[in-house]
Amino acid sequence: MEKTIKKSSLSISNNGLEKKPAAKRLEVLKTYKIYIGGQFPRTESGRYYIPVNAAGEKLANVCLCSRKDFRDAVVSARGAFSGWSGRAAFNRSQILYRMAEMLEGRKAQFIEELMKQDSTKSKAEKEVNLAIDRLIYYAGWCDKFQQLFSAVNPVASSHFNFSVPEPTGVVAIIAPQQDSLLGLVSVMAPVIAGGNTCIILASETKPLCAVTLAEVLHSSDLPGGVVNILTGKPAELQSWMADHMDVNATIYCENNSEVQQLIQQKSAQNLKRVFLCRKELGKP
Amino acid sequence: MAVKAKKTARKSNTIKLKFDTSWSYDPAPESKSAASIKPKYDHFINGAWVKPAGGKYFDSINPANEEKLSEVADGNEADVNKAVSAARNAYEQTWQKMPAKERAKYIFRIARMVQEKARELAIIETLDGGKPIRESRDFDVPTAANHFFYYAGWADKLEYAFPNRKTSALGVAGQIIPWNFPLLMAAWKIAPALATGNTVVLKPAETTPLTALKLAEIIQESDLPPGVVNIITGAGATGADIVNHPDINKIAFTGSTDVGKLIQRAVAGTNKRVTLELGGKAANIIFEDAPLDQAVEGVINGIYFNQGHVCCAGSRLYVQESVAKQVIRKLKDRMETLIVGDPLDKNTDIGAINSRQQLDTIQRYIKIGKQEGAEMYESSCRLPGKGFFCRPTLFTNVAQSNRIAQEEIFGPVLSVLTFRTDDEVIEKANNSPYGLSAGVWTDKGSKIFNLTKRMRAGVVWANTFNKFDPTSPFGGYKESGFGREGGFAWVIALCEFN
Repeated sequence: MEKTIKKSSLSISNNGLEKKPAAKRLEVLKTYKIYIGGQFPRTESGRYYIPVNAAGEKLANVCLCSRKDFRDAVVSARGAFSGWSGRAAFNRSQILYRMAEMLEGRKAQFIEELMKQDSTKSKAEKEVNLAIDRLIYYAGWCDKFQQLFSAVNPVASSHFNFSVPEPTGVVAIIAPQQDSLLGLVSVMAPVIAGGNTCIILASETKPLCAVTLAEVLHSSDLPGGVVNILTGKPAELQSWMADHMDVNATIYCENNSEVQQLIQQKSAQNLKRVFLCRKELGKP
Repeated sequence: MAVKAKKTARKSNTIKLKFDTSWSYDPAPESKSAASIKPKYDHFINGAWVKPAGGKYFDSINPANEEKLSEVADGNEADVNKAVSAARNAYEQTWQKMPAKERAKYIFRIARMVQEKARELAIIETLDGGKPIRESRDFDVPTAANHFFYYAGWADKLEYAFPNRKTSALGVAGQIIPWNFPLLMAAWKIAPALATGNTVVLKPAETTPLTALKLAEIIQESDLPPGVVNIITGAGATGADIVNHPDINKIAFTGSTDVGKLIQRAVAGTNKRVTLELGGKAANIIFEDAPLDQAVEGVINGIYFNQGHVCCAGSRLYVQESVAKQVIRKLKDRMETLIVGDPLDKNTDIGAINSRQQLDTIQRYIKIGKQEGAEMYESSCRLPGKGFFCRPTLFTNVAQSNRIAQEEIFGPVLSVLTFRTDDEVIEKANNSPYGLSAGVWTDKGSKIFNLTKRMRAGVVWANTFNKFDPTSPFGGYKESGFGREGGFAWVIALCEFN
């Protein structure tokens, strides 16, 4: 990749001098970073991997996140938890709606990325639309689920007794692997709508939209640390994600029964709630 | 002058509370004759009493005098297989097909029979577990009956609980319950499972199996179809056989956090649903504006209720510094008045520790507390010569990091810590791997709501403690487990949404 860049930049400088026919403008490539605590670092490990699409094109030098990255992300998710869970439900709702607005505005970019990652134009369009609509759906849930699941309990003693659902805490999510955007949005939105904070490991083979989504989140008034997005290999990180003592729940969306078992077993370390999503969740 | 008056006023706040300690009570024992305990109990499988496959029995003793009460069957894998297949069969052949309103009537019937036999159940509960008769009579048994009564009504109303969602039962529920509230826990688990159309294999704790077996007699008498409820007895190994049985759809466990973790690991990779209600180290918080005498009563109830064998016991007391001296004084005075002794005596406040093993655990923690530099105070009461007893104890000068402030003791041992500000106490109270319950004592409503919102605990009691009701959901945060029991939250855990 680097080589290509150098070549084309050379040809540009030649252009000016040698008055050849006007060359194409050099595309500015994006460095795909991760998103921790509202900032965009590369992985602390300095490692990268290069996912390739079906046509064999290299997608990018994507961060190959380490266990340390995950631990850093947990620290920021924990730090953001009390603030985020303490926000008014109405405010969380507004922020989720804002995400949908921002995503709508960047539709073209996501469609392009999805197409780079083997989607067709119409499929990509559909996926982005669904992702936007799903954010709006969950934006509406923020200030409703509590009402639906709360109760004033008619206890037999002379006490006033009520129960309300409260957020679980920090959630470690391994995003659905088969799609780049919709699966990730589908697991992220309900988690943060409920006042939790999370660390999401993006699809290993299709990580581009996850990184770009971080930019959407960043411009949606979402406080830093509420959503942390990492890229890398689930096979490397999944056991640390289920193991970490300051994570309260894990979400895993694939049907690999060995990994399901591993995550459930490791989660018992501190009695994490484990959610194994149904496959159709991530499907556009 | 003014200064002096103030001084006396403060002094009078810390004078010894007048509880008329010189008053002595004559013994008022409840009669054992109102209860009948068979010398030997088999498993209750498929509506009948079945001898254990291994032919082994173990003793259930009275912890207050170490005398044998009865012997009960020791379950093994073959027994569990039998019970599960009976439950599966009953689920498929009868219980699942039965109209919900008929299911409800069976559960109502059981509730009534528990009420009818309340006195007998209370006596046996006290004999077998060591808890004061006052508690088994006024709390355990009536609340158990209430649970059956409450959940009975849910059976034919599930469609209203989840509008537009069709629910169905899960199948066979394996339920493992602890020794601190034997009958109540059995009711707590069985009633909602039956209401939602599941069938049950239940194992009571090995030290307190008798009331569950009496409940089996009631179930038999109620004509509940055979196999809908199966009760097998045994120790941890029998419990493990239930957890590992491939034909069980749901595991509900109440007990220690360590065993809860084992269960979560054991069911990994299976389709079993799990709810775990585990240990706790509840913070009970007294603010300076609280009605102190009431708060002291609440703290005493919070930690010494049921000898402290309560997962949600208020075992960490946080007192605001300005009133700490007073509160500790009052606590010590009140502790002196607690009557420790024969659980069958109606005047007894604190009965017997459930088992030798648990008494050892408690004494080990008391030693640890002293070694860690905390200051121990115990009531000066006399203990009976026989049986397992422990004086009500409290520790002052406790550090947040001390083991007696972090680990669950499950006995009548209170750790007292102090704080200055709201933020500080919230931070300290939440600094625990557990999160089952908490208590707040203050006159200010705003403080109550601030704390309930920020406390990472499943239940927060305000100006009261240890209040339970079938309509009120109960369950933990963090390592206190997951899932809610009580209210219609429990219904969710027992239904499949189609």
